Amino acid sequence: MSTNKVCATFREAVADLFDGAVLMIGGFGGVGGMPHYLLLALREQGARDLTIISNTMGIASAMGFGTPKGVRPVDVSILVENGQVRKAITTFPTSPSPSRPTAFELAYRRGQVELETVPQGTLTERMRAAGAGIAAFYTPTGVGTVVEQGKEKRVFDGREYILECALKSDFALIRARQADTLGNLVYRGTSRNFAPIMAMAARVTIAEVDYIVQPGELDPEAVVTTGIFVKRIVKRPSHTGGYQGMGAL
Amino acid sequence: MAKVRLTPELMAMRAAQELPEGAVVNLGIGMPTLVANHIPPDRLVILHSENGVVGYGPFPPEGQGDPDVVNAGGEMATLKPGACFVHHADSFAIIRGGHVDVAILGAYQVSEQGDLANWMIPARGIGSIGGAADLAAGARKLIALMEHTTRDGQPRILRRCTYPLTGRRCVRLVITDLAVIEVTPRGLLLKELAPGWTAKEVQELTEPELLLAPDLRAIEV
Repeated sequence: MSTNKVCATFREAVADLFDGAVLMIGGFGGVGGMPHYLLLALREQGARDLTIISNTMGIASAMGFGTPKGVRPVDVSILVENGQVRKAITTFPTSPSPSRPTAFELAYRRGQVELETVPQGTLTERMRAAGAGIAAFYTPTGVGTVVEQGKEKRVFDGREYILECALKSDFALIRARQADTLGNLVYRGTSRNFAPIMAMAARVTIAEVDYIVQPGELDPEAVVTTGIFVKRIVKRPSHTGGYQGMGAL
Repeated sequence: MAKVRLTPELMAMRAAQELPEGAVVNLGIGMPTLVANHIPPDRLVILHSENGVVGYGPFPPEGQGDPDVVNAGGEMATLKPGACFVHHADSFAIIRGGHVDVAILGAYQVSEQGDLANWMIPARGIGSIGGAADLAAGARKLIALMEHTTRDGQPRILRRCTYPLTGRRCVRLVITDLAVIEVTPRGLLLKELAPGWTAKEVQELTEPELLLAPDLRAIEV
């Protein structure tokens, strides 16, 4: 197993992403937790027919979603617009505003992409299960709705539950505040969101971080994601927290 | 008395009255996020957001927010003393595991039985379910905060929802711009009216029959 996890460039970090790969992308939808530079590198790298697992399908590009004024949003929309996406497994394929559709919604209307819409807690737990070696689990979410269609149902203590299966991926692109060279990760604020879960569920997790330090420099109590879950790390070009510097993308 | 429809801000003020001291509360995106600004400062209410924050507060002053501290609507939020962050699996364990006392969600439609439809307009052919289905399944008390009628005056409170459901029999209280209505085993109980409105007028804009609370009164905010 390689112990040299630090990639010199974003291009190198995504070089082996192959056509048809299943790919998790971190972030809640806005700038926080979004692996902006890995997404830009993947657009340049050009892998196609991707299945994307992500909370939204690019609502920052559609409507900002907290993106600071004057900053150009970078999210999964750049891959959709570049024709690299075949399918999405997501909770939020649309923007809340029909007049400002996501690139994905437009592609869906043209019949160019497939869609599986999953409740957010179920999406999260399916990934967590994959990372934890759990094949499937029963959840009450979606009982009595279209979510239950085609799924096994079972009653526990008088309440109905539906069976949901684990969801793994070939790669995860995530963002963290800080890493050490072993891949241990520290996050900042709500930007943590999906990253620790995706890191567990992917065969190859690639983390884009603001700072890289030596082993021993991170407080072990503050590490949220163990480096066991992280294969590659790559440093963002600015130390600004990543937002002010985005204007230059 | 002039008939008044409550503004979103007034609806949020009314909804804030439903949050007891010590409650763990989740506010859905859209109008419900306004509720955060109307919780009395001396009342300890713990606001949870799906994206992994427990203990956030009102919106920051313009231009002073932190992009790493946002609510589920992507809007920058503030942190109250004692706030903490959790990852997404824990955030939904909080929801699904029954640790949220009150959730306030927007709605397209609510049925007589308390079914909630808030994620997809069939005509659009695509919708975003987000965390709403988990909240519908897991919150101990679900409040729908919604306009009473559609833009062309049709009821949104129906015998049966016609839009795809988010959850079945999950809504306990409906707060609209016209009324406060409780979902009970006997049916919908009209408890409060917007200023100037009569029960008859609200009934005309509501599909199922409304039961009248003995202490039916005007909404006070």
